[in-house]
Amino acid sequence: MTTRRRFVQQLGALASASAVGALAPTFARAQSAKLRVGLMLPYTGTYAALGTAITQGFNIALEENGGKLGGRDVEFFTVDDESEPAKATDNANRLVQRDKVDVLIGTVHSGVVMAMVKIARDTGTLLVIPNAGANAATRSQCAPNIFRTSFTNWQPAHPMGKVMYERGHRKVVTLTWKYGAGEESVESFKEAFTKQGGAIVKEMYLPFPNVEFQPFITEIASLRPDAVFVFFAGGGAVKFTKDYAAAGLKDKIPLYGSGFLTDGTLEAQGASAQGLLTTLHYGDGIENAKNKQFRYAYGKKYGVQADVYAVQGYDACLLLAGGLAAVKGSFGDKKALYGALEKVKIDSPRGVWTMSKAHNPIQDIYLRRVEGNANQVIGIAWKALDDPANGCKMQA
Amino acid sequence: MEWLIQVLNSVQYGLLLFLVASGLTLIFGIMGVINLAHGSFYMIGAYLAFSLTQWTGNLWVALPLGIILAAVLGLLLEWLLIGRLYRRDHLHQVLLTFGLILVFEELRSITVGDDVHSVVIPAILGGSLPLTENLSYPVYRLFISAVCLALAAAMYLTIQKTRLGMMIRAGASNPEMAQSLGVNIRWIHALVFAAGVALAAFAGMIAAPVSSVFPGMGNQVLIVCFVVVVIGGIGSLKGALVASLLIGFADTFGKVLVPELAGVAVYLLMAIVLLFRPAGLFGRV
Amino acid sequence: MRTRTLVLSLLVGAVALALFPALAERFYVQLLTKIMILSIFALSLDLLVGYTGLVSLGHAAYFGVAAYTLALAAPASGPANFWLSLPLSLAASAITALVIGAFVVRASGVYFIMVTLAFAQMVYYFFHDTRVAGGSDGMYIDTRPSIGIAAVDLADDLHFYYLVLALLAGVFFLLALILRSPFGRALQGIKANEQRMRALGFATRRYKLAAFVLAGTLAGLAGYLAAAKEGYVNPELMAWHQSGVVLMMLILGGMGTLFGAVIGTFSYVLLQEWFSTLTKHWPLLMGCFIIVTVLLFPQGLAGLPQTLVARWRSGVGEKDDDA
Repeated sequence: MTTRRRFVQQLGALASASAVGALAPTFARAQSAKLRVGLMLPYTGTYAALGTAITQGFNIALEENGGKLGGRDVEFFTVDDESEPAKATDNANRLVQRDKVDVLIGTVHSGVVMAMVKIARDTGTLLVIPNAGANAATRSQCAPNIFRTSFTNWQPAHPMGKVMYERGHRKVVTLTWKYGAGEESVESFKEAFTKQGGAIVKEMYLPFPNVEFQPFITEIASLRPDAVFVFFAGGGAVKFTKDYAAAGLKDKIPLYGSGFLTDGTLEAQGASAQGLLTTLHYGDGIENAKNKQFRYAYGKKYGVQADVYAVQGYDACLLLAGGLAAVKGSFGDKKALYGALEKVKIDSPRGVWTMSKAHNPIQDIYLRRVEGNANQVIGIAWKALDDPANGCKMQA
Repeated sequence: MEWLIQVLNSVQYGLLLFLVASGLTLIFGIMGVINLAHGSFYMIGAYLAFSLTQWTGNLWVALPLGIILAAVLGLLLEWLLIGRLYRRDHLHQVLLTFGLILVFEELRSITVGDDVHSVVIPAILGGSLPLTENLSYPVYRLFISAVCLALAAAMYLTIQKTRLGMMIRAGASNPEMAQSLGVNIRWIHALVFAAGVALAAFAGMIAAPVSSVFPGMGNQVLIVCFVVVVIGGIGSLKGALVASLLIGFADTFGKVLVPELAGVAVYLLMAIVLLFRPAGLFGRV
Repeated sequence: MRTRTLVLSLLVGAVALALFPALAERFYVQLLTKIMILSIFALSLDLLVGYTGLVSLGHAAYFGVAAYTLALAAPASGPANFWLSLPLSLAASAITALVIGAFVVRASGVYFIMVTLAFAQMVYYFFHDTRVAGGSDGMYIDTRPSIGIAAVDLADDLHFYYLVLALLAGVFFLLALILRSPFGRALQGIKANEQRMRALGFATRRYKLAAFVLAGTLAGLAGYLAAAKEGYVNPELMAWHQSGVVLMMLILGGMGTLFGAVIGTFSYVLLQEWFSTLTKHWPLLMGCFIIVTVLLFPQGLAGLPQTLVARWRSGVGEKDDDA
């Protein structure tokens, strides 16, 4: 008997504890008119480094802006999304409903971002995406309150189709993981490459995040294409370039990829990545004053080199700063706010860019070559590239 | 020629799998303990290879050091935790080792971080053998296969032909009887568990240069090892070897021939085996 | 006396849950909805593990199959029909459980654990690797299913909360009834001593298969509700970690009592919420907590007082085997 009663008591204690927690944010909110910014990014797990870089980039821009956005002080609410799609809805709700944030910023993983997009659409909360490239977020799922400061998966891969054709390749094999980012990248590359007149000999896929590449490398060797296009990132990218080089193919069948193949991984890739050509919206050695100033400030504050993720986080803050300044920090007139955000011209370290109608950057895509530990920019592969945004109702 | 190379790929993958799975099946067969944390030991091995190579500058020094550390870890775990589980429900074994996975992954995250690292292949084995006019086969992969074969043979000889092996077999089939004949069961169990941990960690260490080192690598391996044990039959080393090779072939050729179902191919193989042999290929019913 | 206390606590619990939304913020209503859905999931597994003695490490598969069925059945825009999509999802889970069950009930012990895990992984990889339902990226459910009654709008979190509460109560009593029936007693007999049951003329394999399918179907109910709540499905729903977590909820509450399954779920989720506010390395705390619980309190919260008393009496902690 006492057993059962004790449980009920414990349960009651837990329930009332959470009820107190439920009330707390309301009090806090009454005290200040701070802008409530929710950061939902990976701080643990595979993408932890990316989440950290985005946050740091954001902070640099906020400091430059005197710590304010639209004249308001900023209060951060942070959730570690662990790049876990299964927990994505809960995590986003934590920020939107428990913490009542004005703007939600996140994230890296495409699956997680799609859950955030869903919540943004359902609740009307302003969402700024500082990395995840899932096409749908600014295509079929596009919405007035959803903005992206990074790229669509389509964007970095598309120019490579032109580059590879121009470099004389006609028959190409593609290889990637069987998941959204990989498939969307290969699809985009294929579109550009076949339009030029090239042919895809074979499209190969392996389950994400499998890294046993040997069977595929064997097959590539026997197919003898002119070149290979791949989409891999992180650990998979390191392993692939090493396996490819170890199989002796690197000098026989040239390897290309979208920039993630060699971003943040060069140290681990070592010799296997030297000389590889990739396309991305950022790179090392971009000559503009903004880039120099940003990289200096970032290096000074955090002791590490800024990367593309830091830039995307930096731009997310620039976007908010620009848009909110135009409406004096007010969320009262949503239409005016979104209109202002659309018109911000972002003076980014990657070069100046603007928002498309679907709320995705119209930006230059660079051609880069791996030299030592740098992705040296050797030219612009595509000037002011805009995502086709098929299926976005805001296009018209 | 291409098919022959794919066969080589299959065998190499299968043998490495055997090295990890053999520890798992031994621990099952001899101690009756289901150990979900086995994949973590593989992960720990890979990270040991990375850290120790960085520290000592040489994989050849890192390997023996890593094996010793892994074996000590195994002894400690057996003494502190696993030893309390022998007479418990399998459910408790599942949960405790599940908890261990969480602990190991987080400790890894805290101490080494979440970045991807690579381990340099020793210069001697760094080369490649040209097989066709444009494809070479990395010597290191052949080395892995050779080491796995040698260890498989050593394990077989130890268990079948030595006095220690006899005691282990006696302890597995009838612990009470063995105990009364003067075999120290506690000691045998600790030894087997430590050996299992060391085997998994060693597999992680020699695989590290080709697989690179990354978070979550243990989980991928664990599930496949379970399938190896299910197909081969619990506690059977011979079964584990055959099953590992079968899986190597199913996985490699599945990827090439039916990429859509590559992930499922291994499990289909398992279902087919279970249909005809519910206790696995070499399992005792 | 015991029954009366139990009924009383159940009533108190039900009333507390029914009144909760009046007192709490929307976020906590949603949190509680999630906990109640997971409670249904844990209850379904309790039938297998706690009462029939079958330790399944692949229960998340049936949860996931139903969730995916809803996602596939729902139209691209607008709601699915609740009365059609729910039976469809349950049927999908039941059929999956029947097919897999036919294989696994032939195994026992450690083998059963591994085979259930392996088959669940097969289902996981099917959804993960093929494009049938969005692959590893998962897919959306545009709106929550519509129940076709004007006064009830499931898209409203409050209405949805009460639906889940009603279903939790329904599942609880259904299981209570089943366990008192001859069928339920046979299952408990199998757990205690399968050979004796077989000697008594029970076709134990068929009983186990029936329990497996029933448990799978009820897990499907939880999966359906989870998918409806989140509006998003992903292969991770059926990853083996989820199967491990729900087992942990069971042992935390105490297996073999329906009440324990619910208490365990509440404790686990709230504990996780609390740990995650303490440190970003909360899985470390969770892992240690799990290890300590298994070693020191194998009977779970429901058995806590007995464990403590036994420990105090014997003075030695290590000897209290539960098997």
